[in-house]
Amino acid sequence: MGEIWYRFRKNKLALFGFTVLVVFIILALAAPIIAPYDPFQMSVGETLQSPNPSHIFGTDQFGRDILSRIIHGTRISFKVGIISVGISVVLGVAMGISAGYFGGWIDIVISRIIDIMFSFPDIFLALVIMAILGTSLTNVMIAIGIVYTPIFARIARGSTLTVKDNAYIEAARSIGVGDLMTIIRHILPNILAPLIVQITLSFGFAIRSEAALSFLGLGVEPDVPSWGIMLNEGKDWLELAWWVSVFPGLAATLAILSFNVLGDGLRDALDPKLKNESE
Amino acid sequence: MAIPILLGISIIAFFLIRLVPGDTVTALLGANYNEEQATILRAKYGLDKPLVLQYFIWFKNVLVGDLGNSFFTREPVLAAIADRLPVTLQLMFMSFLYSIFIAIPLGTIAAIKRNSVLDYGASFVGLLGVSVPNFWLGTLFILFFSLNLKWFPSGGFISFFEDPVQNLQYMIMPSVALGASVGAVVMRMTRSSMLEVLGQDYIKMAEAKGVKDRRLIIHHALKNGFIPVVTVLGIQLGYLLGGSVVIEKIFSLPGVGQLSLQAITNRDYALMQGCILLVASGFVIINLIVDIIYAFLNPRIRY
Amino acid sequence: MNQNKKAIGKEVSPMKEIVLEVKDLKTHFRTRKGVVKAVDGVSFKVHKGETFALVGESGCGKSVTCMTIMGLIGRKKNEVVSGDILFKERNITNISKEERRKLRGKNMSIIFQDPMTSLNPVYTVGSQIAEMPMIHEGKSQSKAKKIAVDMLGKVGIPSPEKRVNEYPHQFSGGMRQRGVIGMSLACNPELLIADEPTTALDVTIQAQILELLRKLKEDSKSAIIMITHDLGVVAEVSDSVGVMYAGTLVEKASVKDLFKNPMHPYTKGLLKSIPKPGSKERLTIIEGQPPDLHNAPKGCKFYPRCSYAMEKCKEEMPQLIEIEKNHKAACWLNEVKENGK
Repeated sequence: MGEIWYRFRKNKLALFGFTVLVVFIILALAAPIIAPYDPFQMSVGETLQSPNPSHIFGTDQFGRDILSRIIHGTRISFKVGIISVGISVVLGVAMGISAGYFGGWIDIVISRIIDIMFSFPDIFLALVIMAILGTSLTNVMIAIGIVYTPIFARIARGSTLTVKDNAYIEAARSIGVGDLMTIIRHILPNILAPLIVQITLSFGFAIRSEAALSFLGLGVEPDVPSWGIMLNEGKDWLELAWWVSVFPGLAATLAILSFNVLGDGLRDALDPKLKNESE
Repeated sequence: MAIPILLGISIIAFFLIRLVPGDTVTALLGANYNEEQATILRAKYGLDKPLVLQYFIWFKNVLVGDLGNSFFTREPVLAAIADRLPVTLQLMFMSFLYSIFIAIPLGTIAAIKRNSVLDYGASFVGLLGVSVPNFWLGTLFILFFSLNLKWFPSGGFISFFEDPVQNLQYMIMPSVALGASVGAVVMRMTRSSMLEVLGQDYIKMAEAKGVKDRRLIIHHALKNGFIPVVTVLGIQLGYLLGGSVVIEKIFSLPGVGQLSLQAITNRDYALMQGCILLVASGFVIINLIVDIIYAFLNPRIRY
Repeated sequence: MNQNKKAIGKEVSPMKEIVLEVKDLKTHFRTRKGVVKAVDGVSFKVHKGETFALVGESGCGKSVTCMTIMGLIGRKKNEVVSGDILFKERNITNISKEERRKLRGKNMSIIFQDPMTSLNPVYTVGSQIAEMPMIHEGKSQSKAKKIAVDMLGKVGIPSPEKRVNEYPHQFSGGMRQRGVIGMSLACNPELLIADEPTTALDVTIQAQILELLRKLKEDSKSAIIMITHDLGVVAEVSDSVGVMYAGTLVEKASVKDLFKNPMHPYTKGLLKSIPKPGSKERLTIIEGQPPDLHNAPKGCKFYPRCSYAMEKCKEEMPQLIEIEKNHKAACWLNEVKENGK
């Protein structure tokens, strides 16, 4: 365990990503305290101000402070990330382990479902689901959660298959350990490593998907200060007020970048086949 | 093996849409909705028949190539899709070119010159490419190149065969925005795959045999390294079939993505079904092609 | 010992041409933790038709020595090579990379331990053999293919015309190693280095491969350096032996002399640890571990594990000196014996 941490620490980029994410989390948690203005407060006299000392990132067409909206947007993004990835993990891992562990027709059916889900581009599938459910923050989280389930299912299934044939599984079962116990104690720990890496990366996907959906108008409700909604609104004002689009996008990029870098770092640290440097 | 998948897709395509609240007739009539009119229209479109029966009727028609007519525009769905396909196909094709000529060579060189400045630079660019939301990148492009520099138009499309120069002017920004994310994924995969290949014993053996560096890379390493890259490239391109919807919206490109969006908004079942069928089937077909190429590259599969 | 072995085990006539001479070869690796002296002053000669065995535990530097001879180690900035490598009297230590490359495969070849990973999985075995005459001798594709079929036959693979078009995964382990041998000998190199060629194979296949190597050597009169940790293999195929420990040669002799009269405590220990069938004696092992090459002690590197250790051994590193005719050892014991006499 210590060695994994050591390898992770050596990767400066991953550390940077981690730090940025910590900052984001702090922003998200302390948003009402840190944000200079109320993100919903409209101010007719201050519409479309370019960045200035009193509004560091400028204001939008309603006079709302962009910086504050971005800070509050952090909350939304992380909420979306946690819940949608949470849904994907729970559903996906359950499906994947079942398919790998029990095999037979359970595996066949679940694998087919996974294949079919994989045949659709993620944004596309999310769009259709949002059309069914209706636009709202909750539905966005559900939609994204469903869309990214197959990835986790595949990882879980793959890892389960690799471990299933190990001798100690047979040994455990031969002394009467039930299926559920076997799964929890023996199979679950083995899929943890690739799972953690994928969770980190999926956070980034979730943020991007929310942004895309909201951008198309099929995401969160218009009054929710998500980065995607801001990009949506910003595109109409591109000529006059570039800051309405640029800063939210920057925030999203930074967040996604940090998750990716963190995920890469975790993958390198956890992979025992790490290509050596000093040996 | 692809057949049950396609079957499953068609079922999903059909039934999923029906889950969307409000049906075509509701959307059609809009504010003028009244029960009488609705009933007549529903009968006209066959929407009053039992759902399963509707499915089979539709499926039978699909098999003969008749995807029905759009409930909204009355034009045949197949024609509507065929009309929009060139745009999306061109986007796919251009992304493919960027991948082949930029991403793969860059990834390979980065792997060869591991830990050099070039490697770090390429890796960083790749990282940016997968992190930046491609539609935001598109927005930035419009901001910069259209509004500021006035180099390219910010939207619209004309067929390549009508006016190549104008076509490229319309397509260059959206294709680069898309190509950046596709290319980044491909580049990163190429780099990691080549790194793994270059560390293999058979490369060491080839060196021991006195093979020249150039041949070492091009003949011995690349064929092995390409195997996972082909898979990734296929997935990325297949994704573009429906996944380019946001870019199409930003750049006002009349592609399949835009069409699907329209269909969803209008609750246009027929059109929607056609789009879903196309997108998913296209993906399955691309994967089939990838599998074939994969088997061609990797003899362990063949024998 | 039967006639055959005796013929091979005889001392090599000094009149035979020297194919390879290594003089005080050192290969040091610069790492973040310090300098690793993997090879620290190794010298030996290999004559035409001779099989020289390089014996030692893992990490003693035998592979690094040979990789350095081949020129596969020494090109990176953190790999520092000093000393001289003479191939057929030509000093190749500092020649250009391109010149070195030309020698590889054509004049000197190496085969590695694992035949499966030595072969490129996406090309036929035949094409990989044919590559050699094509690159080094400029043969056409069809001629090269004929040579490949030929080689497959020479290494004992049945139906070579058919198998030349097959892929590595279609060959069994022993067949693959034969294929690799065929590949390495395709251009008739004067020197063949075999790095633990049989370690990854079944015992029965081991014997076959060794027999094959012996036969091929007899036909071609090439020199062979056999790297191994298995003294049984040494006894089977080699004419002379060099025992390596922690980066240096501690004993060098003909195979007969080494087995009959080992002069270095390490060699004695190695010989004692070979199980003798029929004997009820307990196996004696050499206690301890080889030293960490980052911080090698200054005296004799075997000191901590040596049952004959003296004060002097801790302070000074013994040199390899000739004790008897063509039998060298690096141990203060022998000096004492001489002086004591």
